[in-house]
Amino acid sequence: MKTLKFITAGNVDDGKSTLIGRLLYDSNSIHTDQLGILQKQTKASQNGEIDLSLITDGLRAEREQGITIDVAYKYFSTAHRKFIIADAPGHEQYTRNMITGASNADLIILLIDARKGVTEQTKRHASIGSLIGIKKAVVAINKMDLVSYSEAVYETIKAGFEEKRKELNYDEVVYIPVSALTGDNIVQKSENITWYKGNALLPYLETVEIPTAVTQQSRFQVQWVIRPKDEQYHDYRGYAGLVLSGTYSVGDKVKILPAGFETEIVKIERHQNSVAKGQAGENIVIHLKDNIDISRGDSILKINELPQENNQLKTWLCWFDNTPLNLSKTYLLQHRFKTVRVKIQAIEQKWNINEWKFSTTDEIKLNDIAQVSIKTNQNLFFDAFGEIPQNGSAILIDETSFNTVGACMLL
Amino acid sequence: MANSTHYLEQLEDEAIYILRETAAQFERPALLFSGGKDSIVLIHLALKAFRPAKFPFPLVHIDTGHNFPEAIEFRDKLVAQIGEKLIVGSVEESIKKYNLKETQGRFPSRNALQTYTLLDTIQEFQFDACIGGARRDEEKARAKERIFSVRDDFGQWEPKLQRPELWNILNGKIHKGHNVRVFPISNWTELDVWNYIQKHEIDLPKLYFSHERECIVFQDKLVATSEFIQPLPTDTVVSAKVRYRTVGDMTCTAAVPSEASTLPEIIQEIIATSISERGQTRLDDQLSEAAMEDRKKQGYF
Repeated sequence: MKTLKFITAGNVDDGKSTLIGRLLYDSNSIHTDQLGILQKQTKASQNGEIDLSLITDGLRAEREQGITIDVAYKYFSTAHRKFIIADAPGHEQYTRNMITGASNADLIILLIDARKGVTEQTKRHASIGSLIGIKKAVVAINKMDLVSYSEAVYETIKAGFEEKRKELNYDEVVYIPVSALTGDNIVQKSENITWYKGNALLPYLETVEIPTAVTQQSRFQVQWVIRPKDEQYHDYRGYAGLVLSGTYSVGDKVKILPAGFETEIVKIERHQNSVAKGQAGENIVIHLKDNIDISRGDSILKINELPQENNQLKTWLCWFDNTPLNLSKTYLLQHRFKTVRVKIQAIEQKWNINEWKFSTTDEIKLNDIAQVSIKTNQNLFFDAFGEIPQNGSAILIDETSFNTVGACMLL
Repeated sequence: MANSTHYLEQLEDEAIYILRETAAQFERPALLFSGGKDSIVLIHLALKAFRPAKFPFPLVHIDTGHNFPEAIEFRDKLVAQIGEKLIVGSVEESIKKYNLKETQGRFPSRNALQTYTLLDTIQEFQFDACIGGARRDEEKARAKERIFSVRDDFGQWEPKLQRPELWNILNGKIHKGHNVRVFPISNWTELDVWNYIQKHEIDLPKLYFSHERECIVFQDKLVATSEFIQPLPTDTVVSAKVRYRTVGDMTCTAAVPSEASTLPEIIQEIIATSISERGQTRLDDQLSEAAMEDRKKQGYF
């Protein structure tokens, strides 16, 4: 099974850290020396029980304030699968850090306090997860022990989320009634929640399938050119990169963009071994029949599978910088290995993530999400993020601070 | 444990991608090499990323002067074997140059002093990126690290102001004088490293395997006697079968009692152990709750 990367979204108050602590603790992934440290940290007022939430907050400032500021990665494995947890902050102020964690996740766990139901924060997290391309969601309705394990509470929350869900792009949403504190439906099926027929959380995570993108059109950008320039490998010229989607095979007729030349793949190497093909997610080195001037950022594409080509784009934009977007300024757009200069020409509409509604605006500030139109100084070869995410994503960089100020999901 | 080695390929692909991205985005990168298992794996990954060409960066060893001789011997052998350039930065020289005070105590660590030499070496060779073998599973401050961790002129880590890092698009743009710490094996666990070493039959220094060694029993740990650590009359000194789970300074790295002399045996022990890697072997992390966070803020990797 592939490693499952998932993100947990919710507040410390919703039991997020306790949930992670529970998963790690019950799967024996916490070492005794770390447990010892936790015991020392756990306040005397907690009756000597270990505070599982202390496992996740790694920074001094986080422990001081009892909040999560930045995403922390945790690792555990069971007999069935390896897992990487991105433990993300819940506060709106740190949305950009949550997006960092979400961008590499296959699945999102949305934690809801059974007593509170779907909150603005739930909507915000659900919205971000969907926008950033996560296809699977678990709505973990937590603290069921505090609502007498009530099926009615569970059903109400489920119905409330289902109603809104059609506005999001999840392929699958499952609802699991849990109590992270008591361990109900976390690793084993709860004896207190007999009306629930589905899997407990961990068994679900162990078996959920994450499809790979091999069936899509093939995309490859040159990341690095390998040219040894010595006697033995005088004629060696390999184009190294990651297969972004689809497959590349020896014998494929390919077009090099932006130059426009057509040629053929004569050899593919993977870690110095010759292979017949390379597929999505693999680093390969492509050798071409003709000697063509190709450099980093150029695309090698099958001649009958070409992407969009344009210098005018529409895109979702998540804004991360304290300084608002400046429409008269030039920014850098890093589209995988190719960086171009861009101007944001217009803000089309803003997505109000708390209410899942569009509105018009003339300003984009920290943590805002909007659809904008962009002009680039040279053509990009791209796909819609919804179709081929690996070739439809880009980051926006400030030309003078060099900070990553935005994430783009191309439309 | 997952039933195939497919996940090791995932991790390998991720690491090679990061190494190539570092080579492409920076003018003067360097690979920090300690002679320990994690940086040995990094070298193995770099061979996969760049051969048949030479590495587009030198190897840099920040030599504390308190190394295990086996590690240094292994370092020199490996460097000769792969024919790459090695730069050695000496903590001993930094101590003289800046009149630095050694850490006091029975088992002094030069970890903090190492930062001076690292920053000096970065400045001397104008490195703009330093690739390191740190992993997020090692320690809770490291669990917060980005893949490309931007550091200012002072090498400082600003955990509250980290750049967003989206998908696997890495932003290596920095101001002159700043540098980036690059962590290609961020997402590997200790066990992943060992499984990878086994799968690819990667050679390691002998001290990772069970051997006889004279050690001082200090609290619940075994610390080897050496030219740096002499036993006191009050010490209990034993000759024990041990191996090293991590290789740091001789002064502050503890040995693990073990009969494991092969990779499968070591892997079995690591699966079975209930103590973390750093918890079992590092005498310097346990000084305070935020020891690593504080060192990183000062420029440590």
